[in-house]
Amino acid sequence: MGGVAVLERSLPGDPAARRRRGIPRGAWLGIAPFALYVLVFLGGPLYEVVYGAFTTTGGSLTWHNFSQTFSQPQYRSAFEQSLKISVVTSVLGGFFGVWLACAVVTAGPRSPLRRIVSSGAGVLAYFAGVPLAFAFIATLGRYGEATILLRHIGIDLNASGFDISSLTGVELAYTYFQVPLMVLLITPALEGLRPEWREAATGLGASTVGYIRHVAAPVLAPAILGGLLLLFGNAFAAYATSYALVGIYVNLVPGWIQQLISGNVLVDENGVGLALGVEMIVVIAVVMVAYALLQRRATRWLA
Amino acid sequence: MSSDHRQPAKRTRGMALAVVCAGALASVLAISSGAASGATNWSTATSAASGGGLSALIKAAKAEGTLNVIADPKNWADYGVEISTFEKLYGIKVNDENPLGTSQQEITAVADLGSQSRAPDVVDIGQSYALANASLFAPYKVAEWSDIPAANKDPQGRWWNDYGGYVSIGCNTSIVKVCPTSFAQMTNSEYKNDIALDDPPTTANSAFSGVWAAALSNGGSLSDIQPGITFFRKLHQSGNFVETPGLPAAIASGQTPIVIDWDYNNAAETVLNKAKFRWTVTIPTDASFAAYYAAAINSKAPDPAAARLWEEFLFSPQGQNIWLEGYARPIELPTMIKSGTVNRTFEKLLPAVAVAARYPTQAQVTAAEAVVAKGWAASQS
Amino acid sequence: MRRRRRRPRLWRVAILVLAAIFFLGPLASAIRFSLEQSNGRDGLGNYTQLLHDAALSSSLATSLEIAALTTAIMLSLMLPTVVWVRLRLPRLALVVESISVLPIVIPPIVMAAGLATLQSHASAGLSDLVFSSPLTALTPVYVILAMPFAYRSLDVGVRAIDLRTLVDAARSLGAGWPTVLARVILPNVRTAVLTAASLTVALVLAEVVIAETLLYTTYPVSLVNAGQAQLGVAVALSVLSLAITWMLLLAISFIGNRGASRARIGRLL
Repeated sequence: MGGVAVLERSLPGDPAARRRRGIPRGAWLGIAPFALYVLVFLGGPLYEVVYGAFTTTGGSLTWHNFSQTFSQPQYRSAFEQSLKISVVTSVLGGFFGVWLACAVVTAGPRSPLRRIVSSGAGVLAYFAGVPLAFAFIATLGRYGEATILLRHIGIDLNASGFDISSLTGVELAYTYFQVPLMVLLITPALEGLRPEWREAATGLGASTVGYIRHVAAPVLAPAILGGLLLLFGNAFAAYATSYALVGIYVNLVPGWIQQLISGNVLVDENGVGLALGVEMIVVIAVVMVAYALLQRRATRWLA
Repeated sequence: MSSDHRQPAKRTRGMALAVVCAGALASVLAISSGAASGATNWSTATSAASGGGLSALIKAAKAEGTLNVIADPKNWADYGVEISTFEKLYGIKVNDENPLGTSQQEITAVADLGSQSRAPDVVDIGQSYALANASLFAPYKVAEWSDIPAANKDPQGRWWNDYGGYVSIGCNTSIVKVCPTSFAQMTNSEYKNDIALDDPPTTANSAFSGVWAAALSNGGSLSDIQPGITFFRKLHQSGNFVETPGLPAAIASGQTPIVIDWDYNNAAETVLNKAKFRWTVTIPTDASFAAYYAAAINSKAPDPAAARLWEEFLFSPQGQNIWLEGYARPIELPTMIKSGTVNRTFEKLLPAVAVAARYPTQAQVTAAEAVVAKGWAASQS
Repeated sequence: MRRRRRRPRLWRVAILVLAAIFFLGPLASAIRFSLEQSNGRDGLGNYTQLLHDAALSSSLATSLEIAALTTAIMLSLMLPTVVWVRLRLPRLALVVESISVLPIVIPPIVMAAGLATLQSHASAGLSDLVFSSPLTALTPVYVILAMPFAYRSLDVGVRAIDLRTLVDAARSLGAGWPTVLARVILPNVRTAVLTAASLTVALVLAEVVIAETLLYTTYPVSLVNAGQAQLGVAVALSVLSLAITWMLLLAISFIGNRGASRARIGRLL
């Protein structure tokens, strides 16, 4: 991109000596405050976590914390459950989120429907934890409004085996904030689909399905996958909703971290909690790298 | 700036200097007068008397102005009333941190917050936590110290029992036709999806005690909690057990129609839900498990006088009766019945106990906790 | 542009109806529950409790202070950075955006664990200075938490305007950088800024994990606590927070469309 060179030419009064290739040194200072802030306020706690995971309370290096996380069955099963729930709810949330976003985007940017859904998505993506769990119990619990309503029309949820106090119930509750998050993330990409492409495809004889298969899907794929990855990270980090619905029946890693650092299970296992934290970070970091690579591909089409 | 402004500037500067000097002088005088009056260092006082009497304690506490308590939910043994009564009596503002916290979280807060002004002044924790962390607490003997049985207090005064209760069965009579009165009854198939603990027993003292009570009713003992885990495994497999924690939200919505919890907590639920349904409280006929909680003062308390005054208040007949009104059994109950200071109405309302209570030792508690920590998750899978 | 009124397609209607049921259903149940007062009758008593309950209203004040400070810091940190990257370091755009997404890599509970450990290791002086008040302890962290979505919002907004032309024009007329930022760029990215600000406020008013672990009684924490003794009030206030934030975001979507009429504005949300 010749952008930098153009910029240098257009700025009045710049010394000709500045006209060299690459990024002018002074420009780095511009992002210094930002970089410094992140370093201190994100790096600080992160350092404490990593340091505490690898050391004993006395301060000497140890592998004990990590070995506990690998050897004790409750932590292994917690990782399994966390990963399972995260994958399931991100796929579910992603799938329905994309379709909902499609249904809304086709209404045009100024339609009231679009506005309501977009702002609603911004709000509901944060609606999680105890309030969400309670709302679901009040709706689909044994004496929930929906359960009673369905019983009136002849469908007995409880008899058919459905139970909000189960893994399925938790997954359903997670979808409640996963779908809005996906809507938020995928809308800009959907907007980037130029109507000209649709017209061109139709002009060449493609049906709607054909258009989706050959034009829309490939263009949207990186954005969708990127969204799925973010949804995964979001679900992986959550636990309050699950705890309020089923206690520790659904055994999750963040829940264990919370217990361990408040010393609720065994005293002085703080380090194990931090080790679990490091492992969570590694998992999400891998996911994020994949996201970054996909984003790079996505911007190519939408720029 | 024109020269006319310079004269007034000099004058104001001089005045400022005079004000500062006067202020410094005043504060020096204040400090020295305070020192001269021989004010007690309440953070080391071991009783009200040693600090100059109750009125001196009240004065010092009022001067401090705030009290930090922790993990005292409003509806737990009427702590809300204790707090508001104390605030009104002495004009001291009470900050209740983390009302939903557990005993261990209280200890962690004391350790982590160190000397910050928001560190907890006092704690109210499970017996085993008091025994394990006595070094964090300041020795202090309330005025009614002699009314507390020797088995219920630390000889040095670092902790002492305050109130207790029995493991009980709470039941929603609108949903459950025949409420179970024993653990044995709970395995009946009519209680499908009905029974819950208030929290996982690996984290909550109340649920942990519920498991122990179940153990006692199924051939276990204070040294053997495994039958309790087996019992709940059976409940889970038969579909009678609900995994949702039996917290107020779940109880109110009918998701957990039967909850095993301390009798004073279940009694609070009766009051909370009386507009919608009747929540009965019964102590199981086949197992009697009781526990007292322990009060202690943080040795690094930021408001040492207020902390001690709070304890004096809690152990006065007034404070003890408030716990009684919360359906808990205050530690001084026997003495108060004898001396007639007890609130008779509420004394009669305490649920009847069929079997005498048994209290585990510290060693038994630690062993049992380990068994539950290992086996609970497996029993529910 | 042809504005033919198309027949609403069946699939769109089906999806929207399904979504409405799924998302509004639980909210409706919660609202219905919140209208049941403790005296047995139905009414708005639970909602007005906020005005009477000193603990709740003081925690709300605290949270609003934190929200205001967080938003101020976030904007003054992020907006210049976004502009600078677009202007001078376009090749680093992806790198900077990746950094802004970093906070997502650390789950809130792990962040809380790190902060709790930091607090217990801190010297008494530092501990008193930073951790004694939620305003000083939580604000820096909340700025970090708000970063991913705020950066994204601001970036989209800045990309939608013709940044270089505006800046060149302003600079050639003699404006200094502060003036360029405040009086030239800011008005043109109003929607993006408002969106970033409201998402930040929504985050601060909903964040429970870190505040609870560090034992601060912010508004969302006191709502959770209220669930023990005053369930109806807790539910009512959750619903209220939701409604207010929704209205706020909705209002912003109306403001934005005056001025820059590019269709790209729609990409912000």
